[in-house]
Amino acid sequence: MESTQTHLDHHEHHARRLQLKTIPLILISIVLGPLGNVLLGKGMKSAGHLELHGVSDLLPVAFRVFSSPILWLGIACLIGFFVVHMLLLTWADYSYVQPATALSYATVAVLSYFLLGEYVSPLRWAGIATICFGVLVVGRTPPNTTAVP
Amino acid sequence: MLEYILFFFIVVAGTGGELCLSRAMKSIGEIHDFRPRSLLRFIGEAIRLPWLWAGVSLMALGFFSLLAILSFLEVSFVVPVSALSYAAGAFGAKLFLGERISRHRWMGIAVVTIGVTLVWWSRR
Repeated sequence: MESTQTHLDHHEHHARRLQLKTIPLILISIVLGPLGNVLLGKGMKSAGHLELHGVSDLLPVAFRVFSSPILWLGIACLIGFFVVHMLLLTWADYSYVQPATALSYATVAVLSYFLLGEYVSPLRWAGIATICFGVLVVGRTPPNTTAVP
Repeated sequence: MLEYILFFFIVVAGTGGELCLSRAMKSIGEIHDFRPRSLLRFIGEAIRLPWLWAGVSLMALGFFSLLAILSFLEVSFVVPVSALSYAAGAFGAKLFLGERISRHRWMGIAVVTIGVTLVWWSRR
């Protein structure tokens, strides 16, 4: 009985320590990912009117698009997001990380409003809130349900 | 019409790519050894898998579709709508990877889909 108690304490301590490094990384990832998408949007819109009339247009259009520094900054953010996400997944369960990233749908709306001046209507906010809630429902479990080494 | 095609690629090709990658990675097995040499061997093994290349190509298609759609639609519209990937991912994981999806998870996916519908109506 006593040993079970110590085991539980140890487990709890481990879980708390895991959360201490998990939460800051989750916060970073819910800002970096949306920031990347917003910068992609800015980069693509600043490339001006893009029209493809045939395969021969593909190269000049691609060149114009990929010469935007903002687009590359966005890609860098997305790579950073990807690395942080992978890092998180090496110790935390996917079903723990995924609901936490639900907040990124709210971040993307806030950043689009402030950085791109997009108008986010109440209906759109309601939809985004519903999506956040749905993603939260999709997976709500403790950080790590598999064996801890 | 164009946006429907692009959303289809973002959701289906993006998710399909992830499923292919997951299949490729699981066929190699879990990594326990993180020394540079064994990591190199891991990469060497991974690049020989056709599933990996299928996954990377599909994900690239999804990414370029995202770039294309962002050139004419708002970010606060495109990103929430692409949350449909949760539904595509669950169907794909069930059919293609044989994963079991709990009722709880299906409920969450239904809620996400309702949210996407609301965002879709907010289109101007």
